[in-house]
Amino acid sequence: METVIFFLFAALAIGSAIVVVTHRSPIYATLSLVLTLFSMAVLFVLLGAPFVGVLQILVYAGAIVVLFLFVIMLLNVQKEEDAHVDRGVQLWIAILGAVVFLGMFWLAFWRTGLRIGGPAPAPLTEDLVSLKGLATALFTDYLLPFEIVGLLLLVAVIGATVAARRPDSETVRPDDDYVTAEDPSTGPVLPREARS
Amino acid sequence: MLELLWLIPILPLAGAAINGLLGRRFPKALVTAVGVGMPLLTLLLALGCLWEYSQGSFPNEAYEQVKYAWTTGDLAIPAGFLLDRLSAVMLFIVTFVGFWIHVYSAGYMGHEEGYRRYFAYLNLFMSAMLMLILGNNYLVMFVGWEGVGLCSYLLIGFYYDQPVPPAAGKKAFIVNRIGDFAFLLGMFALFAKFGSLTYHDVLPKILGDPGAVNSGVYALGLPFASFVALCFFIGAMGKSAQIPLYVWLPDAMAGPTPVSALIHAATMVTAGVYMVVRSNVIYQLAPEISLFVAIIGAATAIFAATIALAQTDIKKVLAYSTVSQLGYMFLAAGLGAYSAALFHVMTHAFFKALLFLGSGSVIHAMGGEQDMTKMGGLKKYMPSTRWTYLIGAAAIAGVPLLSGFFSKDEILHAAAGSHHWVLWAVGLITAGLTAFYMFRSYFLTFEGKFRGTHEQEHHLHESPPSMTMPLWILAVGAVFAGYVGVPKVLSLGFFHPERFHEWLEPILTPAVVARESELGSGSELLLILITTAVAIAGILYARYTYGGDNGLAKGETWARRFPLLHRLLVNKWYVDEIYDALIVRPLAMISRFFWNVVDTFVIDGAINAGAFLTELTGDVGRFSTTGNVRNYALYFFLGVILLFWWIAF
Amino acid sequence: MSVPISWYLLLSAVLFGIGAIGALTRRNGISIFLSIELMLNAGNLTLIAYARQWNDHTGQLIVFFVMAVAAAEAAVGLALFIAVFRQRRTIDVNRLNLLQG
Repeated sequence: METVIFFLFAALAIGSAIVVVTHRSPIYATLSLVLTLFSMAVLFVLLGAPFVGVLQILVYAGAIVVLFLFVIMLLNVQKEEDAHVDRGVQLWIAILGAVVFLGMFWLAFWRTGLRIGGPAPAPLTEDLVSLKGLATALFTDYLLPFEIVGLLLLVAVIGATVAARRPDSETVRPDDDYVTAEDPSTGPVLPREARS
Repeated sequence: MLELLWLIPILPLAGAAINGLLGRRFPKALVTAVGVGMPLLTLLLALGCLWEYSQGSFPNEAYEQVKYAWTTGDLAIPAGFLLDRLSAVMLFIVTFVGFWIHVYSAGYMGHEEGYRRYFAYLNLFMSAMLMLILGNNYLVMFVGWEGVGLCSYLLIGFYYDQPVPPAAGKKAFIVNRIGDFAFLLGMFALFAKFGSLTYHDVLPKILGDPGAVNSGVYALGLPFASFVALCFFIGAMGKSAQIPLYVWLPDAMAGPTPVSALIHAATMVTAGVYMVVRSNVIYQLAPEISLFVAIIGAATAIFAATIALAQTDIKKVLAYSTVSQLGYMFLAAGLGAYSAALFHVMTHAFFKALLFLGSGSVIHAMGGEQDMTKMGGLKKYMPSTRWTYLIGAAAIAGVPLLSGFFSKDEILHAAAGSHHWVLWAVGLITAGLTAFYMFRSYFLTFEGKFRGTHEQEHHLHESPPSMTMPLWILAVGAVFAGYVGVPKVLSLGFFHPERFHEWLEPILTPAVVARESELGSGSELLLILITTAVAIAGILYARYTYGGDNGLAKGETWARRFPLLHRLLVNKWYVDEIYDALIVRPLAMISRFFWNVVDTFVIDGAINAGAFLTELTGDVGRFSTTGNVRNYALYFFLGVILLFWWIAF
Repeated sequence: MSVPISWYLLLSAVLFGIGAIGALTRRNGISIFLSIELMLNAGNLTLIAYARQWNDHTGQLIVFFVMAVAAAEAAVGLALFIAVFRQRRTIDVNRLNLLQG
């Protein structure tokens, strides 16, 4: 049973990952990412981390991906005109690099004695799965990182706000030298309708 | 007082430092006070030490004061100062003559731009010279040796804005260097054999066990003592201007005249003689080298005297005269008559310094003119200078009862007494030539009619007391300094005979001390008479030739009668030209080759190649900065993979 | 029958590879970001797998922190994109080439 679920959602994850990476339209790519995240959440639950799985859906799929969508719509990002991947050296090197990377992993497996058909892990314990165990560890051993991450989030909020705000003088320069004919996006902030 | 011995080289050094580093804002009086005051203090201190030394008794008749344990690696030298019979004599000469020359300089250089610089250098010279003679080992001596070489260079090239003096300074330094190289080799040999360079270590060991030291061949086909003796003598050749390394001394006359007096007459040039006398133990074990020394000395003496005959520049006459007299000193040292050599050093210091200072007085009065053909009849205007110069000339010529008479006689006596008749004859002829050319210079300068311009004639005056007083003091020395070395035959029961030789006995080997002359007193007297006769003949002939109203005329007939010889003599036997063609030019060619080819192509080329490679790398590397973020991300990725490889495997 | 851990690790590696290719080849800045998120998730999967293997909470906690950091990073990154877009009117990374030397 477990195996079936694993394979099903693993295939789903890989499939939607490929769509994320290859689809021309960013909206579709983002939505595909949502699917990937869902599959991963299921796999997390399968691995005895239900809390993390739920967190994945809430935070990742719920907040981060929504943020992505907002920005995509704000910037009115169009479909990429020509082929969505660069032909040429860049692509080949990237694929090569990824293959090498995977190959390394394979070798690492061999070294550590891990085999594809390896021994099954021990049965899940109450402690691992329960929220209580997780929370205890979080608020005792890992309290300091917890606080620091909180601070990090604060800093990120401030930083994002500052980085994205409009320049004070409202001088929206024409940028004639930057804009090229191919570039479809024109309006920076307001939708077309509002400007006229 | 003796414990302050170490101050003697230090005081002038302090004077040099004060005037040199701080003196730029001093008023002239203060510069003089420091520049002359320090030598005065040094003289007083030296006299005090000498008094105490003569009154006291010391082991080996030597007072030694080790000041600094100089160690580097394996080399451990107890550096310090030594006051013994030999260095006492030198100490007296250097401080006494040196002080009076400083006084004279205050007058002579009074109007010069570089007054302060002059005194700083001169004080520095005194310090180095004192270190040379007071050192207790060869290495301290060498420090002083190099120091006086440096000051010589600085002072010869004193008028650095003119073309000749700096070149002359360079020549002096470079020629000296050749000698220094040999000196160093000798020291290395000594150190290799004995592990020490200190006099009281090395010299008694050589004396005590000559067989062990001197057996077999050490280097250059010579036994040990001969090798060291030869190396040391080559060093002396450079410093004391013997053939073939004398060429720098006449050129050194480009420096101010008091410098010529002090450095190139009385003190520095005698350092070579001092060194040979100090090492007499070594020379006693190397008879062929000693003979070589004597032969070179005699050859130099007569050679330089011939050149002096034809010179018209008064300082050049005195320069060649110095070379010639130094030849006498080495003649004596080579024959084993070390006390005679040192005796002549002392008397020569007095009368040569006197002669140089006198010539300086004349040059000063003539407004810088040094050519004797433009002088004449100066006795009217400069009586003090004239009389002191005359005394000096008489002393050097060997007029009886003056100092030169006694010292020169000792040397000739040594030659005759050891049956080296050829050397004796050379010495005799040279004495005659010496008398002749010295009085030639006297007559041309002071007697007869004035041959200069009206301008110059108006300017003629006696020099100020700061200059004439040293002249008279040195004249007293030139007259009376000889009486410490009266030979037995002349002592007439009145004078203490051979006092000088007795004084020096502790530093000489017993063989030398015990040596008796093989001449009877009758023959000795005869030889003295012959020498005197030759000297007087030289003086009279000079008077005959140059003494009249128009002194030049008769001299010129000689020149016309022997034109080739005259040309050779005036041009110093073309030695400088020969050196130039044989040595200087080939060296210059080699240097130019190294400069144009090796330096430009090979060395610069290597550097430029490095720069070029760097540029090339940059130009190629530039292609990686595409500005494209994705490329950079790719580099990241590849880097991570590499890191992973490295960590995992 | 339980699934051996190594399968999860393999899956994680594959997802990471896919994400890497995407991050390196896409022209659109947003798409690059998406690929990066994918890579992060692959890492998370590995961590959870090992937490399971060794029966230790630590892996899950690390994932917790990673998610927080990823959120922060996404926020700041997207804000930067907006700022860049204002200046250059494009998020095509090929055109954002002022660093070219």
